[in-house]
Amino acid sequence: MPAVLPSGASAVRNRSLAASAIVACLLLAAPAMPAPAASQPLSNAPAAAHQRVTIVLARERRDLPPPLSLLDMPAANDAVAGAELAINDNNTTGRFLAQEFALAVVEGLPADALIAEVEARVRQGAAFVVLDVAPSTVLALADRLKDAPVMLLNAGSADDGLRGEGCRRNVLHTAPSRSMLADALAQYLVWKRWRRWFLVLGTDDADQAFAAALRRAAKRFGAKIVQERAFNLDPGNRRSDGGHEQIQAQMPAFSQNVPDYDVLLVADESGQFGDYLPYRTWDARPVAGTQGLVATSWHPALEQWGASQFQNRFVRLANRPMRALDYNVWVAIRSIGEAAARTRSARANDIIAYLRSQEFELAAFKGRKLSYRSWNGQLRQPILLGTPKLTVTVSPQPGFLHQTSELDTLGSDKPESVCKAYASP
Amino acid sequence: MLRANGATSLALTLALAVTAPEALNAYTVYVTNEKDNTVSIIDSGKLEVIKTLKVGQRPRGVMLSKDEKWLLICTSDDNSVQVWDTEKLEFVKTLPSGPDPELFVLHPTGNPLYVANEDDNLVTVVDIANNNVVAEIPVGVEPEGLGISPDGNLLVATSETTNMAHFIDTASHTIVDNVLVDSRPRVAEFTPDGTQVWVSAEIGGKVSVIDPKSRKILAKIGFEIPGINADAIQPVGVRISRNGKLAFIALGPANRVAVVDTATFKVEKYLLVGQRVWQLAFTPDDKLLFTTNGASNDVSVIDVEKLRVVRSIKVGRYPWGVVVARH
Repeated sequence: MPAVLPSGASAVRNRSLAASAIVACLLLAAPAMPAPAASQPLSNAPAAAHQRVTIVLARERRDLPPPLSLLDMPAANDAVAGAELAINDNNTTGRFLAQEFALAVVEGLPADALIAEVEARVRQGAAFVVLDVAPSTVLALADRLKDAPVMLLNAGSADDGLRGEGCRRNVLHTAPSRSMLADALAQYLVWKRWRRWFLVLGTDDADQAFAAALRRAAKRFGAKIVQERAFNLDPGNRRSDGGHEQIQAQMPAFSQNVPDYDVLLVADESGQFGDYLPYRTWDARPVAGTQGLVATSWHPALEQWGASQFQNRFVRLANRPMRALDYNVWVAIRSIGEAAARTRSARANDIIAYLRSQEFELAAFKGRKLSYRSWNGQLRQPILLGTPKLTVTVSPQPGFLHQTSELDTLGSDKPESVCKAYASP
Repeated sequence: MLRANGATSLALTLALAVTAPEALNAYTVYVTNEKDNTVSIIDSGKLEVIKTLKVGQRPRGVMLSKDEKWLLICTSDDNSVQVWDTEKLEFVKTLPSGPDPELFVLHPTGNPLYVANEDDNLVTVVDIANNNVVAEIPVGVEPEGLGISPDGNLLVATSETTNMAHFIDTASHTIVDNVLVDSRPRVAEFTPDGTQVWVSAEIGGKVSVIDPKSRKILAKIGFEIPGINADAIQPVGVRISRNGKLAFIALGPANRVAVVDTATFKVEKYLLVGQRVWQLAFTPDDKLLFTTNGASNDVSVIDVEKLRVVRSIKVGRYPWGVVVARH
């Protein structure tokens, strides 16, 4: 399900949003309770004037085929619900600090129109833009806004290039990169001693990129890809009366005659065939990757580390479970709220400086503090591995050590980083 | 690494088990087991479980009424506080707690009860004799820890996602001040003389000592344990000895209890206990301290004078809260 897909796959569906060219709503999410303490000054601080921070959530319209399973249809308010929850949480804290957070949603637009609309919002004073857009749109926005006091927070793209050669000083990433996801999965498979992998990949660029991240992870953690096979999808209508009969014959044949392997790894980010593999392979083997056991930033059934209350709040607000994209957006907006609270400032430069500082830390229901890597702006975070129903484990796995933070065993670590924009402050 | 620690911890506690303390006053220790829906009852003289009580769902915070006739248990998944008779060990009633109660504190006079409703951003004030809600106080996101001043005038509530200690006037039920602390504050505990309140921050890894009068942070206590990653040092439970001299701080997945001198705010010692240690309780004579070790399903017993772990006692699954009765 998309909740456990690399978040790049969760595009806005043309279909559901075609009618609404721009849905730009301003949400002053006042918590549904009185604010008795709003007039109380915070200790050690002068009675501050009311401060306001506007955060833009920008979602690009991308035309992707629908997923195989009816269960995986993205909600119309994918990402937006995560933003609304974060704004609520920021405002609950903000009323004790005379700070107020407002959300402006820009969605349903193709890249060029979206960029123009975001620039207009920035001219009106917005300094923070949370992005669920294609990698090329991240770069275009970052370059056009490079001289403005603006921070972009990429919540939707797992693209490694954006954290590497294409990194930009004015972009932070709350979405985990593909290499973080692949490393998280690889650590567990190696811990499980499933070291021989059969890699099945789709033909999209995204599938190729995830396959590349898996190859890198295999090398890093001592696994071996015994064979690679491309799955050439014959695109058609996802729904027809009947269908399983042919798939039941097709998948065993496709996975026949593979050298002995422990686990099949699938790279199918847009979910066009990967869900056909479990229970249909020639050899009885588990499936992991973009389907089966999946690495993700969030799982809708996680209840550890105080996540229960967080999940409950989200379900009350959105009437559906939280997905990875919602979480990535929540983390982005909560990061801004946290920086505003710590600096007691709504000024963009103060908040941006704090986000980049070593002091920044965020509690985000993963059992340890999250922070941004100083070498590429990527959020350092534990990665969950789950089946559609439950979390199976959380990486980094025990035994994968690191001299500063074990979280940096996932993804591009400082010594190997090719990001130049972050090299000098 | 955690595995190695767990093994060492086990080995150490086994080794120490032979040096059990001499017979002390026998108190009754109540431990809530979050996963089992039970309370383990331990005799502090024998240092063994003498009875296991089936209670409501997901029991977490636990305390005694002032006369110790009632055991109060936050049965979180039942959205209630259960009251049990400590003599007959029979269920008495439920209190209207608000949703998902986790921790609570009694006014020093014995009534009312203040309950943190983590799911609702509220502190609920409950009259435990009349069984009614007296007030609801809106606080930050995910209220958790509650501490009350010895004179009962000031209540401190921590909110985990707002990262604040809210100072609440118990007469008017209004917030007088908010102090930002480190990430995910869990427990607030006053010193016996009421001049300090100690607030642990689980994710921030620090304990803030706050002057309740000026609401200034007097000190921030950090922890460093060789061989333990800083991320795994997560302070939760805080207890201060009745003479006010030593503070004991449970460090979660670091599997240690830190002993802090309250005069200097220096860590004197780290005591190796079971895994993911969260809550703590002294015996009434302050000679023993019991710790709940969630991930290893046991309770460690600390000899407070010698600052040594003297026993580990197997209880139910995921022990969470602990309280000790005089009898």
